[in-house]
Amino acid sequence: MNAPASTPKLYDCRDAFAATIERLAAENETIVAVCNDSVGSSKLGGFKSKFPERLVNVGIAEQNMIGVGAGLANGGRLPYVCGASPFLTGRSLEQIKADISYSNANVKLVGISSGMAYGELGPTHHSIEDFAWTRVLPNLPVIAPCDRIETAAAVEWAAAYNGPCFLRLSRVGVPDLLPEGHKFELGKANLLREGSDVTLIANGTLTHRMVTAAELLAERGISARVLNLATVRPIDEDAIITAALETGAIVTAEEHSIFGGLGSAVAEVVVDNAPVPMKRLGVPGIYAPTGSAEFLLDEFGMAPSAIADAAQSLIKRK
Amino acid sequence: MDIKELERLAREIRLRDLQAVFEAGAGHIGGEMSVIDILTALYFRVLRVWPDQPKNPERDRFVLSKGHTACALYVTLAKRGFIPEDEISTFLKPHSRLNGHPNCNKVPGVETNTGPLGHGLPVSVGMAKAAKLSGVKYHTYVVTGDGEMQEGSNWEAIMAAAQFKLDNLTLVIDHNRFQQGASLSDTNDLAPLRPKLEAFDWEVTEINGNDMSEVVSALEHRGSRPHCIVAHTNKGHGISFMQDRVDWHHKVPSKEQYETAISELSEAL
Repeated sequence: MNAPASTPKLYDCRDAFAATIERLAAENETIVAVCNDSVGSSKLGGFKSKFPERLVNVGIAEQNMIGVGAGLANGGRLPYVCGASPFLTGRSLEQIKADISYSNANVKLVGISSGMAYGELGPTHHSIEDFAWTRVLPNLPVIAPCDRIETAAAVEWAAAYNGPCFLRLSRVGVPDLLPEGHKFELGKANLLREGSDVTLIANGTLTHRMVTAAELLAERGISARVLNLATVRPIDEDAIITAALETGAIVTAEEHSIFGGLGSAVAEVVVDNAPVPMKRLGVPGIYAPTGSAEFLLDEFGMAPSAIADAAQSLIKRK
Repeated sequence: MDIKELERLAREIRLRDLQAVFEAGAGHIGGEMSVIDILTALYFRVLRVWPDQPKNPERDRFVLSKGHTACALYVTLAKRGFIPEDEISTFLKPHSRLNGHPNCNKVPGVETNTGPLGHGLPVSVGMAKAAKLSGVKYHTYVVTGDGEMQEGSNWEAIMAAAQFKLDNLTLVIDHNRFQQGASLSDTNDLAPLRPKLEAFDWEVTEINGNDMSEVVSALEHRGSRPHCIVAHTNKGHGISFMQDRVDWHHKVPSKEQYETAISELSEAL
């Protein structure tokens, strides 16, 4: 029961990233792609064949990769530095701090296969700490698009934005949620569904689960608002405060630890401005057992029905 | 500028650096004294830079990866006209843009923020690679400490520079044989540096890094591979009681020591 009438088509957001960077690079000769032997996993094969000299592959050396990105920006290039998110962020966090964030270098960091996208490969390959690590760094917008349309829009936005950013992408298939032609706006939440009893906030691979959860809640007579909050920093305080004031309860869900991520960021805004009951769903501060990303999201209470249950319980605390 | 003038200027920079560290009550004077001849040669003879256009795309790039010797860089930048000379007296003072490690968004002439070790060389590889991609003919120079070469990120960058055939990159290792807590040989001895760099397909020149004519000719050298200058220097060079003494990594001279040092450096002027 509760299964949708027809299964929506799912898309790998890396394809939207690859198509967009190739299109932009054809128009802007300063764009370069930097990677750590991740041509395949970053879907840079097409870029490599079209612009072979503009693919800077440093080999398996992430600390150097970040520094090289900063140097390329200093030399007037526009680098998209791509790698599996756990290694791009965790391995070279101090380089991201000093060379990119503190130096305010115009480098676009692209974390591929973030969250638990590498599922069965285990927690060494999971990147469920990267929101926490990156969102404390000044000058560095942190963005997790929810579908291929928002991914393409964010990649295009990044090229025009004069400063660093971190784009957190997944390889787990997601349906289209935003309309074709959607323009990405930094720090602006997207209202995907109006509602008055509770607000569901997510980004990345969790947004579509929130939409489905809201549909399940509607069947139970509960009106749930859904916000897609791709930008974790700078965060859309107005949308969060309005949601708290108008719906009185907020559920967050993320493919990330519940410590320091999207839920924490939302909670910071809520406690400072409009305290209401909240439930933060995510990876509960443990290393995940073996399983695919989809299995693990269900395992950690983020199946749409479980999200709906969590929202229903939360409403009772209002 | 000829060698004699460069030598005189290096002594002036040493004097101003010493005074700044003494007045601020902090700094990294040992490593500053060892690197000042290299900085002087770069800024007054070798680098194509324009103080009134610090972001000119054609400027040569210089990165002081051993960012803890920032005071020596600030004094050199001031002498070269990037910042006012009287601003040196604000070194480490509240809200001064001259803090303990250089900030590229505040201090003109600084290219990237350094301080944590092992950062400057990877960034310099990116700068040199950018010149290869854009066709702009600038050269990139980076100075690291010898202890700093213990950071693994440097060896990632050394591999990449050779792979990218960056003949427009010069790495100077300020080989003063001491790191913060002890000598290199008692810590993690990288010496001899030459065979290690050569094994990674770099061209290596060894010089006396406190001999101005050797410094200048090594910096002006152009080859077909990335170039490493192993600059044998003395920590605390120019001040007798500081020379080759590990405790002068970041010690501050007493009034009496300060006056002795001033007198020794002034004598040589």
